[in-house]
Amino acid sequence: MAVLKVKFTKTNRDKLAQVLWILNWVSVVTGVILFSLGLFLKVEINKRWELMAERDLHYVPNMLIATGLIACGINFLGGKICYDCADTTKFLRWKLLMLPYVICTFFFTFCILVGALMCYGMRGELEEALDLGLRDAMRYYKDTDTPGRCFLKRTVDLLQIQFQCCGNFGFRDWFQIQWISNRYLDMSRREVVARLRSNVEGKYLMDGVPFSCCNINSPRPCIQHQITNSSAHFNYEYQTEELNLWRKGCRQALLEYYTHIMQSIGFTVLIIWLFELSVLTGVRYLQTSLENVLRQGDPDSESDGWLLENSFVETARSNFNIIKSLGKCNQIDTANNGDPNINVPSTAYYGPDNLPSKQIPMAS
Amino acid sequence: MVLMKMKFPFEKRVKLAQGLWLLSWMATLAGAFTFTLGCFLKTELRRRAEVMDNTEIHAVPNTLMIVGLASLGINYFAGRMCQDALDAGRFPRWKTFMQPYWGVSLLFTLLMLMAVIMSYAMKGNLESSLKIGLKNGIRFYKDTDTPGRCFQKQTIDRLQMEFRCCGNTDFKDWFEVQWISNRYLDFSSKEVKDRVKSNVDGRYLFDGVPFSCCNPSSPRPCIQDRLTNNSAHYSYEHQTEELNIYIRGCREALVNYYMGLMNTIGAGVLSVFLLQSSVLVSLRYLQTTMEALAGQENTEIETEGYLLEKGVKETIMEYVTPVLVFLQLNQVGSEDTEA
Repeated sequence: MAVLKVKFTKTNRDKLAQVLWILNWVSVVTGVILFSLGLFLKVEINKRWELMAERDLHYVPNMLIATGLIACGINFLGGKICYDCADTTKFLRWKLLMLPYVICTFFFTFCILVGALMCYGMRGELEEALDLGLRDAMRYYKDTDTPGRCFLKRTVDLLQIQFQCCGNFGFRDWFQIQWISNRYLDMSRREVVARLRSNVEGKYLMDGVPFSCCNINSPRPCIQHQITNSSAHFNYEYQTEELNLWRKGCRQALLEYYTHIMQSIGFTVLIIWLFELSVLTGVRYLQTSLENVLRQGDPDSESDGWLLENSFVETARSNFNIIKSLGKCNQIDTANNGDPNINVPSTAYYGPDNLPSKQIPMAS
Repeated sequence: MVLMKMKFPFEKRVKLAQGLWLLSWMATLAGAFTFTLGCFLKTELRRRAEVMDNTEIHAVPNTLMIVGLASLGINYFAGRMCQDALDAGRFPRWKTFMQPYWGVSLLFTLLMLMAVIMSYAMKGNLESSLKIGLKNGIRFYKDTDTPGRCFQKQTIDRLQMEFRCCGNTDFKDWFEVQWISNRYLDFSSKEVKDRVKSNVDGRYLFDGVPFSCCNPSSPRPCIQDRLTNNSAHYSYEHQTEELNIYIRGCREALVNYYMGLMNTIGAGVLSVFLLQSSVLVSLRYLQTTMEALAGQENTEIETEGYLLEKGVKETIMEYVTPVLVFLQLNQVGSEDTEA
């Protein structure tokens, strides 16, 4: 009882082979697309490596790149096979290879699905990496004289300008860190010393933000310092002021940006997976129908094609037995005391009544 | 006295027709490319139209677009003509078409050359347009409540951040303009009243710049106000400080950007012009060789091709004389009526 049996005439088989040849070449193109999507994601993650903490995020783009390259190879081979399948004589060349090819491609399409799901699953790790990375970047904002951190200020400023965000969760994050280096603080002034003494760690904290937090849509010139002090500025109310600074946090802005990219990539990879699966189904049908044709002997006759010869459960059981017996080939059969040469009477089928043939009288 | 005569045996004619067909398709693509370059340049100019005073510079992309479209038509017909040139019976039907065709194609090829020259020559025009536009933009920076000007602040801020520049000629332009609106000035404060009284026009002027002038590459947090006062900030010397704010003026930045764009486009269009000229020259040779075949029985004989039947001067006189006669006739006519 075969799974999804379909009858194929000779013309059907030829058409199927031709269509699959074209589809395999289209799949090579989709493999290239997969590769370039992985490369794009890798470049995007690398662009902001300074703002991400040490997390293993590169496994997703690496997986996509590898899958893309393998897809190109597999579908190129598949194209060649399908091209030859239009002719029954050429099919004999590939006969032995086709079943392993179908099995490999099946596991490979599973890898594509895993790649697509990983794109969606990466979000949690990315969020964590961004959270820690941005926190550290803001802490080291002032260290423009420390090697390895001297461009962090520029990176954070350009990030806040480009993504229209301020701070990690909001602009108040800047109130809790010292973002002005001690090199530019006049320690002889009383006000500066008072601020430094006002907290346990001796940090110069103030309710001000860097210039990159300024909102360009504000109708008034940017208020960067004494933000919480409504009386320090004319006609200014801190609680109701919305347009002065960017209100979004950079973690949320970056996360939205990357989530958008990864969702688009994941969706595209899912479509590619469905396409590969359909091509694989076509190749399986082609393989089984051509094998049945060879079994029947007449190359122009109709044949059946199927996905599995027996039902799913039986196929699984027989494969399981094959695997089990593979493991047993080293073990000795203990039924005949270990001697394989003992003549065990066979239950051969002699004739219609299953009677053994008359004994030939021995010549005396 | 024929100009640049060349002999054309049959094989050479066939090769000329085939080569010209290929060349005309390449020139068609080049014409489409010119059109897209014109569209791109126009889009880029329109993006910053708010800081430009006039649209005279738009003549360059407009010319490029017109020339691009025209060359599509010119080269399409050139291709059709050389397809028919291989058959001596079908070529004569193009005879009446040739005169206007030459007129139109020479005109548009010259226009292409003009576009290239303009893209280099209009730098002064662009600069003066930007000077006035930026001056107005900086003057109206504070008028975020005036309809028609409320987005000037946003435009100027975005421009300064994108092009990494400050002010018109340089950052000192901000010192001469009141860029903080009166709505946000506390007129009860003594400092504000002093400043407003200190100049004739009653404007609030001070040595500060907007935040968009700040340079993110600066190692220290941005110093926006009291820029010329060294003692107002710790460890600061305004004469030697280079990284704090952008030193370059926006006019210079924009002119450099657009001239770079137009120079590249000009170089590309020049090569398209050379391609188009070679197409026209080859087509002229093809036309004259095929016309020499007219009326001949054997279409495989050798014929001569030339660029101009008479010399350059004579050909020009041939075209100009009717016009002069027309003008003189008018003059004679007016003399008659006076007499």
